[in-house]
Amino acid sequence: MSLAHRIIPCLDTDGERVVKGVNFVNLRDAGDPAALAARYNIEGADELVVLDIAASRDHRPTFLETIRRVAAELAIPLTAGGGVANVDEGRAILRAGADKLTVNTAAIRNPPLLTALAAEFGSQAVVLAIDAKRVGDRWEAFVRGGSVPTGIDAVAWARQGVDCGAGEILITSMDKDGTRSGFDCPLTAAISRAVSVPVIASGGADTPETFLEVFREGRADAALAASIFHDSIQGLGELKRYLGEQGVSVRQTG
Amino acid sequence: MNIALVEYGAGNLPSVERALARLGVESRRASTPEALAGCDALILPGVGHFGALMRSLGERSLVAPLREAVSRGTPLLGICLGLQAMFATSDEAPGDAGLALFPEKVSALPPADRLPHMGWNQLRRARPSKLLKGVPQDAYFYFAHSYAALDAGEAGVAYCDHCASFVAVLELGNIFATQFHPEKSGPVGAQILSNFVRHADGKG
Repeated sequence: MSLAHRIIPCLDTDGERVVKGVNFVNLRDAGDPAALAARYNIEGADELVVLDIAASRDHRPTFLETIRRVAAELAIPLTAGGGVANVDEGRAILRAGADKLTVNTAAIRNPPLLTALAAEFGSQAVVLAIDAKRVGDRWEAFVRGGSVPTGIDAVAWARQGVDCGAGEILITSMDKDGTRSGFDCPLTAAISRAVSVPVIASGGADTPETFLEVFREGRADAALAASIFHDSIQGLGELKRYLGEQGVSVRQTG
Repeated sequence: MNIALVEYGAGNLPSVERALARLGVESRRASTPEALAGCDALILPGVGHFGALMRSLGERSLVAPLREAVSRGTPLLGICLGLQAMFATSDEAPGDAGLALFPEKVSALPPADRLPHMGWNQLRRARPSKLLKGVPQDAYFYFAHSYAALDAGEAGVAYCDHCASFVAVLELGNIFATQFHPEKSGPVGAQILSNFVRHADGKG
């Protein structure tokens, strides 16, 4: 008996539709979020992440409606975020039906935001999302959808974010994102060693072997992927059966 | 049958409502002592902070009516923080009294492994359980918490191990509770809610 490693499909949206791109650019339409949510709920996803990658203030009501539509389809946990800059925006996302919220840019600019969110909703509801890119012999955190470098060390920031109140880290490798060349195991392992909270690895998902690697070498507690699931390149059930056969604790469904 | 969700601001109340609706069970929300008094069964959802939950129940004058409903025999299901609220005190808010349906306290899980305990885990069964009827032994349930009741005497019917052994399901007479979120635990979670409703309806 042990905590299962989670497999988490991610819906990157423009607020309303699922979009996808490579290395955060060249976005194209990939479907209706509620329809994909319903499919993943049945196929055995352990959790779902929905992000508003446009995160424009004008479109926020649309994204909240998207969260409501997605939540209505799920009997599994839902994490949502994108552009959350204060406690009220966090509350709106949770009220719309998310169980956890992600914060990224606003937390780097204002780390006490994490403390305020944890005090209001509990650490278990606060996921610190970090977009990191290899720069020399370390990883640097980027903000605003990976477009702006911060000069901040991603591993040190993860540690500080947990000290401030984050209850989970979602680490995205910008070098790997959209490449289908495997997760960034060294980055994930460095984050995982630095913090005491669960770590979700993101970016580079491909074959079942890449998931096995990120759970073993990357010491990830959960692995997130988008296009391989949206495009039915990888089935959730098949992936979990493989991981189970390899001795990884996973929740088998169906 | 008249099932009410105790409404005091819990974030997971709509999820529980939706999970019941999927089972074809209608529920309403009860936020006043009068509304609590007229129910056949009660569900106490919960997520967040023990102190905030107890203060919120206190501000709505719901603490005594909840205790009275339990002593009248009304079936009560506590979920996550709703389980923790049934105890006398919690490490999370040492100054705030719980509902004290059980004399033990809620403890901070020791940091022997990653915390919060976040994700899907299995149960170790200790006693026959009404809530777990028909649920496979190896089923996984969704947890998200850092505090837990390590002991509930004879009420502890199933335990989970993460950092420590803690109560995952408790049942005593008309009192039921789960540390995990049945409303987020897929088909097996739905089975738990269905078992509670059937019991409350005198069918299980």
